[in-house]
Amino acid sequence: MVNYSQPQPDLDRVFATLADPTRRAILAQLAQVESLSVSALAEPFAIKLPAVMKHLDVLGAAGLITRNKRGRTVDVRLSARPLRGASEWLRDYERFWSPALDRLVAHAERKEAELRAVKRRRKPR
Amino acid sequence: MNTLTLVRRIKARPSIVFDALTTAEGIAAWWGPDDLPVVGAEVDARVGGAYRVRFRSLDGREHEANGVFLELVAPRRIVMSYRYSLGGEDEERGRTSRIEFELAPFAGGTDLTFTHVDLANEASVRSHARGWGGALDKLVEHWADPGDAAHTNTEN
Repeated sequence: MVNYSQPQPDLDRVFATLADPTRRAILAQLAQVESLSVSALAEPFAIKLPAVMKHLDVLGAAGLITRNKRGRTVDVRLSARPLRGASEWLRDYERFWSPALDRLVAHAERKEAELRAVKRRRKPR
Repeated sequence: MNTLTLVRRIKARPSIVFDALTTAEGIAAWWGPDDLPVVGAEVDARVGGAYRVRFRSLDGREHEANGVFLELVAPRRIVMSYRYSLGGEDEERGRTSRIEFELAPFAGGTDLTFTHVDLANEASVRSHARGWGGALDKLVEHWADPGDAAHTNTEN
């Protein structure tokens, strides 16, 4: 059941942030390790460091990553909690609509079979 | 903006699927999260017309969904606003979303694409009130920037 009484702060922002493929790729990289420096993180991407920094700012604002300055490097870590909120929203709605649509399919297919049976009976021999 | 998309391939012609989505009898046959009979459905299937569905969940609680038909193109497309209330009490509080049904014919049936878009949920209403609205708008501009899109070739 979709629980509407629970507030889900920042969820719009999380979805908006995930809409960008580069940001999803950054998160996928971070999911595999404890933490990465900004330059290590930027390495596989065909974009310049300032562009990566811009993406990290967006990810940080959505609460999806945390950044810690350590000496001259900045460590980036995945922060999974907002992602869980986003997937819960989808899961709750999917749990509501998916069985309903399955019943819709069964209902429409039954109606189709009935219609065909009626047409067969009406067909002159 | 949160969006859920589900697809189903149905072995029934689009007109039958369309009827199942736009008549009280049709909606009563499938609506709701659990395999329980719908309590009641009222449907005024025209643009601007309202619908109302009451149903029960397995925990015994009664719920109501209601809204208005925003688009109706038989037998291809239906867009409805969607509000939801628990226990028969209206808990709108700005929570209106939109559901869309797209019906594409194929030989012997219909490909149905269902989309639920959460337009103005509580969280976004509150966040706008707190002044996040501007930040979100900037984010939208940010992806709309074609220069930025050219860099997003890293998806595999």
